[in-house]
Amino acid sequence: MPSQDNNSAVISVERLSVKRGPALVLEDISFEVKRGEMIGLIGPNGGGKTTLLQTLLGLIRPSSGRATVLGRPSGKLGAAREKIGYIPQNRTYDRRFPLSAEDVVRTGCCSPRTLLRSLRREEKEAAQEMLTAVGALHLAARPFGDLSGGEQQRVLLARALVRRPELLLLDEPSTGLDPAVQQLFLERLRQLQRSYGLTVLIVSHDLLSLAGFADRLLCINRTMHIHGEPQQVLHSPALQKAYRCTYDILEMAAASEEDSRHG
Amino acid sequence: MAEMFSYAFMRHALLAAVLTGALCSAVAFFVVLKRLSFLGVGISHTALAGIALGLVTGLDPFWCGSAFAVATALATGHISRRGQLYEDTVIGIFFAAGMALGVAMLSSLKGYYPEIFSLLFGNILSVSPADLRLLAAVAAPVLLFIALFFKELLAISFDEEAALASGLPVKPLYYGLLAAMALTVMISVKLVGIVLASALLVIPAAAGYRFSKNYRGMFLLSLATGIGGSAGGLILSYYLDLPSGAAIVLFMALLFAASLLCRPRSR
Repeated sequence: MPSQDNNSAVISVERLSVKRGPALVLEDISFEVKRGEMIGLIGPNGGGKTTLLQTLLGLIRPSSGRATVLGRPSGKLGAAREKIGYIPQNRTYDRRFPLSAEDVVRTGCCSPRTLLRSLRREEKEAAQEMLTAVGALHLAARPFGDLSGGEQQRVLLARALVRRPELLLLDEPSTGLDPAVQQLFLERLRQLQRSYGLTVLIVSHDLLSLAGFADRLLCINRTMHIHGEPQQVLHSPALQKAYRCTYDILEMAAASEEDSRHG
Repeated sequence: MAEMFSYAFMRHALLAAVLTGALCSAVAFFVVLKRLSFLGVGISHTALAGIALGLVTGLDPFWCGSAFAVATALATGHISRRGQLYEDTVIGIFFAAGMALGVAMLSSLKGYYPEIFSLLFGNILSVSPADLRLLAAVAAPVLLFIALFFKELLAISFDEEAALASGLPVKPLYYGLLAAMALTVMISVKLVGIVLASALLVIPAAAGYRFSKNYRGMFLLSLATGIGGSAGGLILSYYLDLPSGAAIVLFMALLFAASLLCRPRSR
């Protein structure tokens, strides 16, 4: 449960720049995320969204500027890391990896706190609770690799939630899912966010569905192009500049993608 | 069978086979899940350079080989993690360079060295009580490492990025696993030799992987195949008068082939 007051910034990023090798991937980014907000992080491919999440997680060091997460510098998260749930960018998991859905959720219990001991009963129960919360308890014993894309994402969401985090960082969790499943995933996420009082930063390419759920959108393409309420961002010339095309084209692209999936 | 085990050397050999089989299958579980099979081949072949160094300088060949194997495993892991070269490229280079160095050093030896043949193809029948103590001394820390960090190694093998984000010590555990692999390879060299050692780091877990969609089942089947394969191969070698290393690997391969026939994974 959240431990600080509701107006405190869960994420505070000030003039952040990040290099990967010689390339400047993020430049002079500043923003804040308040407790209980659901923020959509958008931008074209290669625009630095994943790098930003990894910097917030302390996996990459900023080359200049500062990122503070849950009151701690991102490079020294320490015990605050326990309070962050994360779904990495949608990847193809080994379909034959011998873990059940429940085993996958239990891997989320592993942290420096659980080193050199077995998982406790309450940690195992938390795995079941979170499977229930995401509507996947009936899948608990099924091999993870046998699940559909949507089911796998629900299980990964349960894994991200199993340590009862205050902050969720989700990197394109709904990519590759068909639009109806994407919609359901976002609805469920919104529900969980409200009932657990979570702060959520979610990366997505699906501007239209994200706009319907997020409190604010941040658009980055190396630099911060625009941030604000969804409608304001979607119709801003800055968004068109970031994607190098007009909103109409973005909308049409999304619609045609949806048509082709329904096919 | 009773006659076979009336010989002390056969009892020692069986004990060595069971212990090595158990050790190898526990490590093989993560070798297969983390897709490190080729690294096992690389480590065992580069160990030749260390063993040759021992023979040339008069140092203990086992410990020289172990030091070389651990160094190779850690260097391969370090270089491939930096992302400048693919892991299999690094292994390919170390593999060939280690073998070449080993052959070059061995060529400087004068006279006949029967241990070279044993190192290449194994000679479990020559295992002494001192060898068994050495085997146990190496196996204990490796098995302890696997037992203590089993759930973390499993989490890392499944999703390394999520494990890193959770604050798990991914790098030290990965390097620990590589060192455990290297020591296990060196133990296997005594059993089946450099050329075949890497097979023991793959076949037991591969058979378990075929049969079980659950890691607990896979681990137990891996253990059963490792121990049963090593002991069964040894017994087979006695009755068919075959080299023990070759018999052990062939018997394990047969168990794996049987797993293919019995119950293919429905994927």
